[in-house]
Amino acid sequence: MLNNTNDILTAVGIVKTFPGAVALDKVNFSLRRGEVHALLGENGAGKSTLIKCMTGAYRRDAGTLTLDGTEIDPHDTLDAQKLGIGTVYQEVNLLGNLSVAENLFLGRQPRRFGLVQTGEMKKRANALLAQYGIDINVSAALDSFSVAIQQVVAIARAVDLSGKVLILDEPTASLDAQEVEMLFRIVRDLKARGLGIVFITHFLEQVYDLADRITVLRNGQLVGTRETASLPRRELVTMMLGHELQSAEKAVAAAETSSGPVQFRFSNYGKAGTIKPFDLDVRKGEVVGIAGLLGSGRTETAELLFGVHKADSGTAEIGGKPANLSSPRAAIAARFGFCPEDRKVDGIIGELSVRENIALALQARRGWARPLSAAEQNALADRYIKALDIRTSDREKPIRLLSGGNQQKAILARWLATNPEFLILDEPTRGIDVGAHAEIIRLIGELCAQGMSLIVISSELEELVAYSSRVIVLRDRAHVAELTGSEITTEHIVNAIAAAPGAGEHP
Amino acid sequence: MIESALRFGHRLLPQLVALTIILLLIWLVFPGFFSMEIQNGRLYGSVIDILNRGAPVALLAVGMTVVIATKGIDLSVGAVMAICGAVAAASSVRGDPLIVTLLLAIGTGLVCGVWNGFLVSVLNIQPIIATLVLMVAGRGIAQLVTEGAILTFNDPGLIFIGSGAFAGLPMPVVIWLVFGIAVTLLVRRTALGMLIEAVGINRRASTLSGIQTPLLLMAAYMLSGLCAAIAGLIVTADIKGADANNAGLWLELDAILAVVVGGTSLLGGRFSIIASLAGAMIIQAVNTGILLSGFPPEFNLIIKAAIIVIILVIQSPRVQAGVTFLSRKSVR
Repeated sequence: MLNNTNDILTAVGIVKTFPGAVALDKVNFSLRRGEVHALLGENGAGKSTLIKCMTGAYRRDAGTLTLDGTEIDPHDTLDAQKLGIGTVYQEVNLLGNLSVAENLFLGRQPRRFGLVQTGEMKKRANALLAQYGIDINVSAALDSFSVAIQQVVAIARAVDLSGKVLILDEPTASLDAQEVEMLFRIVRDLKARGLGIVFITHFLEQVYDLADRITVLRNGQLVGTRETASLPRRELVTMMLGHELQSAEKAVAAAETSSGPVQFRFSNYGKAGTIKPFDLDVRKGEVVGIAGLLGSGRTETAELLFGVHKADSGTAEIGGKPANLSSPRAAIAARFGFCPEDRKVDGIIGELSVRENIALALQARRGWARPLSAAEQNALADRYIKALDIRTSDREKPIRLLSGGNQQKAILARWLATNPEFLILDEPTRGIDVGAHAEIIRLIGELCAQGMSLIVISSELEELVAYSSRVIVLRDRAHVAELTGSEITTEHIVNAIAAAPGAGEHP
Repeated sequence: MIESALRFGHRLLPQLVALTIILLLIWLVFPGFFSMEIQNGRLYGSVIDILNRGAPVALLAVGMTVVIATKGIDLSVGAVMAICGAVAAASSVRGDPLIVTLLLAIGTGLVCGVWNGFLVSVLNIQPIIATLVLMVAGRGIAQLVTEGAILTFNDPGLIFIGSGAFAGLPMPVVIWLVFGIAVTLLVRRTALGMLIEAVGINRRASTLSGIQTPLLLMAAYMLSGLCAAIAGLIVTADIKGADANNAGLWLELDAILAVVVGGTSLLGGRFSIIASLAGAMIIQAVNTGILLSGFPPEFNLIIKAAIIVIILVIQSPRVQAGVTFLSRKSVR
């Protein structure tokens, strides 16, 4: 309570539940005057839910919000804005076709006799932007400027409207280094003016560059709030991923496979702007784990290997022969399979039955003129429903009616039906219940024992440790470390993720 | 086998019930409705008339169903009918043999389909905009072909397509029945039907599963162009001349309506060509019924709209859910 006078915004015991899930569980958060406070956590940790509760976009179920010593209860974002809380989102939510000045003064244009005074508005817009060291033609349409400038305009509008608290939700996601520098300069200015600033990002570099304090959320719960200066990177990553460092040690079994011949070899494989070129060798019957924070290039690596993105450098070889992986179809022809991270968008065909979803990839490979007969499809579906224990009342049930774990197993079945030699699993255990979780891990072991090569991407480090014969660590869209044998522990993985760039490639 | 037959029957039930009710209603106001007679070896009667006049929309509905199943739409089919009719008439006037005339018209329809398919699948333009281009430009192209006049011809072979008879049935009826069944067999006996549905429901996931999405979309629009070409041949042959301004006018809307009445969602995915054909016949039965019942023609469009609204309300998921709920209650 001692710090109260310095706190501008405090949230105590915030609870928000959605049908079937607790998004925020009694979360406390405080923001000081003249502070940049980073809010961190993996996807689904509850960052944006907390922000939305503070800005009135969601109604919280319990808890109190205090702004400047008075309790507040914003019922929508406009209300929060009037109270003094402004928000700038990753995608600028201004009107691109209107001029910069109009965007700045939308809804509060200076008027005389009911008419907008365009000249006056431009003058004020110039003055406002001058505070941020920006001199542009304010009559030009907003979308004629770069995203960075649009961000600044959005910030200028939010600060001008609100003036106490500014929330920046991943403002740097689509900016280049120079633009980030400009944005940071502006944020530091605002901080010096006494604003409280909440900063959400996935880039740890930027957190250490800018933030005074850090609050970490995980699975809707507060992990802790710490001073940036006294929080080592490694500890921060541990807070975010939630692992006791001593926990998992390498299981013995998988290590034995790392001696066979290399079956799949990617040399200097990469795509500009997506993932830096990397070398990757995968042996037959080997599980290679990929670890890294969100946005580190994990999914991009998977999509590049599967031909969703076309590599613009390097070569791929299968069994010593050059391979063409320029499209998913080409990759499938080379006996690749890919279970994507976002099942709903990239995986399931919601209205089609479980049977059709399982038969789809095999059918696509055979071509339209050689249909799988109804009996073949039924046999295929029944076999995998039984083998993977897919819980469905009926193979004709639309797949969208199944639970997440069972959908995931059906997608896995779709690929197993094509008898792949190289299977990429992107977060195979995300968002599924504990039982299905264990079964999928058991399956990974079995497939590998049958001689299939697997690439598994996961945020669950214990999982990676348990089944991988090697773990590749990614950071900032580059492969930065490779752990083998006894090096594979959660501690080493966390160290590699957290290592500052340039500070040595190996833990 | 029995299982799939039952599912098929269940799918078609609303359309068959609607068609039956409309036919009975017409019969009530026009008792001679079901009577038929044979003259010169062919059937005559109001029911045959519905089958015959419904031919263009039925043909268009076949292609439209497949396009809509891919989450697309083809607004250009009416204009493509006019172009293909004009091409056929011009060819006939020039004195080409019948087979050349037919191939030219069908080839023109396919080229129109390739154009639409290119815009949609390669350039990724929204289907409604992409096909609007040809819908607007198509009549201009048809006028260029006919040089602004109504091109008349008297090739008996070509005329036979519009007004001849085969096995007692008018040629248009034979054509749409055979064509509809052929396309149904093509998509259901091969894997095309499933692949089309997959692309319509989730294009990205389908591509990731190895489906050649662009080719499939191209094929769907080409089929639609082919259907429009055959429909264009029929209407042109029927009036023995190509009318660039009026051939197939607004028929794209009737075709879309036929697909919707047939129960295929405009959001893409699950489709039934047979149900769309039933939908086309429902629309034609309503048209013919209103004429036969002697209402003043001014009422036609309003009555048609009202009947279609009723059919759509009966088919809406909410009403269907309510009916299922009530029937379950009564069983208990």
